[in-house]
Amino acid sequence: MTVADILLLALGAVAVGAGALVVSSTHLVRSGLYLVVSLGAIAGLYLVLGAELVAWVQVLVYVGAVVVLLLFAVMLTRAPIGPSTDLDRPPGPSALIGAGVGLGLAALFVDAFRWIEFPRADPGTAEQVGREVFGTWVLPFEVLSILLLSALVGAIVLSRPDLGARPAPPAAEEGSGEQEAEVPA
Amino acid sequence: MPLWLDLLVRVVAVMVGFLVLPLLVGQAEHKVMAHMQGRVGPMYAGAFHGWAQLVADGVKFVQKEDVHPHGADRTVFRLAPIVALFPYLIIILTIPLGPNGLVAQRLDIGLFLVLAILGIGVVAVLMSAWASANKYSLLGGLRGAAQLLGYELPLVLAAASVAMAAGTLSLPGIVEVWRPWWLIWQAPAALVFFIAGLAEIRRPPFDMPIADSELVFGYMTEYTGLRFAFFLLAEYVGIIVIAGLTTVLFLGGWHGPFADQLGWLWTLLKMGVLSFVIIWFRVTYPRLREDQLQRLCWLILVPVSLAQLVLTVAVKSLL
Repeated sequence: MTVADILLLALGAVAVGAGALVVSSTHLVRSGLYLVVSLGAIAGLYLVLGAELVAWVQVLVYVGAVVVLLLFAVMLTRAPIGPSTDLDRPPGPSALIGAGVGLGLAALFVDAFRWIEFPRADPGTAEQVGREVFGTWVLPFEVLSILLLSALVGAIVLSRPDLGARPAPPAAEEGSGEQEAEVPA
Repeated sequence: MPLWLDLLVRVVAVMVGFLVLPLLVGQAEHKVMAHMQGRVGPMYAGAFHGWAQLVADGVKFVQKEDVHPHGADRTVFRLAPIVALFPYLIIILTIPLGPNGLVAQRLDIGLFLVLAILGIGVVAVLMSAWASANKYSLLGGLRGAAQLLGYELPLVLAAASVAMAAGTLSLPGIVEVWRPWWLIWQAPAALVFFIAGLAEIRRPPFDMPIADSELVFGYMTEYTGLRFAFFLLAEYVGIIVIAGLTTVLFLGGWHGPFADQLGWLWTLLKMGVLSFVIIWFRVTYPRLREDQLQRLCWLILVPVSLAQLVLTVAVKSLL
């Protein structure tokens, strides 16, 4: 076993352990913080595998933005300190399904890739990832960016009911005018 | 030089920098603010112009009792100051001081690492805010998170502009190809980066999350003693980091007369001047209101940085 193998195993254990805590913890906000640990460990896995750029993108996007957004949303709604005992979560069946799917997938992967030896890939430097993304994979990349753009536009439309609204009957219009006046300038 | 000695020298140098530079900035803040406000500032400790004031403060912080509020989430509460401070230590590793590899850790994509690590600071703010079990803390933390998430965008876009101009993501690499006329070419990006950086470290006029006149002390309200000192230290190291990054990305780092011998001095000098400007801002500008803060970010900084990207590409393709 090389150092890389040991690091992979350790980081994998951290990622899986923290991931299990995310779903099993009864502390709502702590679940989110465990998610930070889990995603950070996955970034560590990328680093060990030589994909430096992907690792830092993982930290930038997932740890720095997605999880923070999640925590932010939880704290805006309901974030009690201490365990929440009223969570609607039957432990038996979900544990069975989760463990079953996890073990099944693991067995499948081990069986599928046990006999194949892959050549060691080149380190994923920024230059190489850039060349691949903007050379071979430029079409999927652009399609994905259009998808994201439409999601953005959709978010704006959903959050602004005054956009494209049908002219309301006179009685309701009065109500909406009042609502607008309530919005602080 | 054998590898272990090389490693030891670098680690010791970073630790010394990490321990000394924030104290210098802290002392400068005491004195600069005092003079700008027409008072003397701390004068007693250490006999000469109160140079030992911060050391005395440190001793005071260590002696204080480690208190946490009843009903707080203790583990998260204790962890938050460390999460706030640790990212900056890693960033200091990557800031190049001088030419010929005078940097603690040379990385091919140092810029990306720096931006990614800066983003972790938000987690610390949210952790401390929530775990304090205090409504002022939580309000401060939510303001902080909204501010940090918003200002990360212009920060990254401005940094992307200079990375595109240089054609590399390595911090020493960017300084190597830097030319003095970039000062004009990249001026909008430099301004955006500096302002967004100020907001990232929550310095006045962007200290809405702390806002001592309305939120007590924001997400730091419940902290005392050493943990509070950690937050203060993180703020001072944050000044160093933002000044250092602006120097390296936009002001040409070690470039200057006799750069081969005195490069490190030029870098430190430029960082010092920028730190002075950051302190100057604190004394000069009143705190931005929350809506002004978001307006500045989304309606001014983001469009300016996008226009700068277009300008960078246009000039780059003409050359």
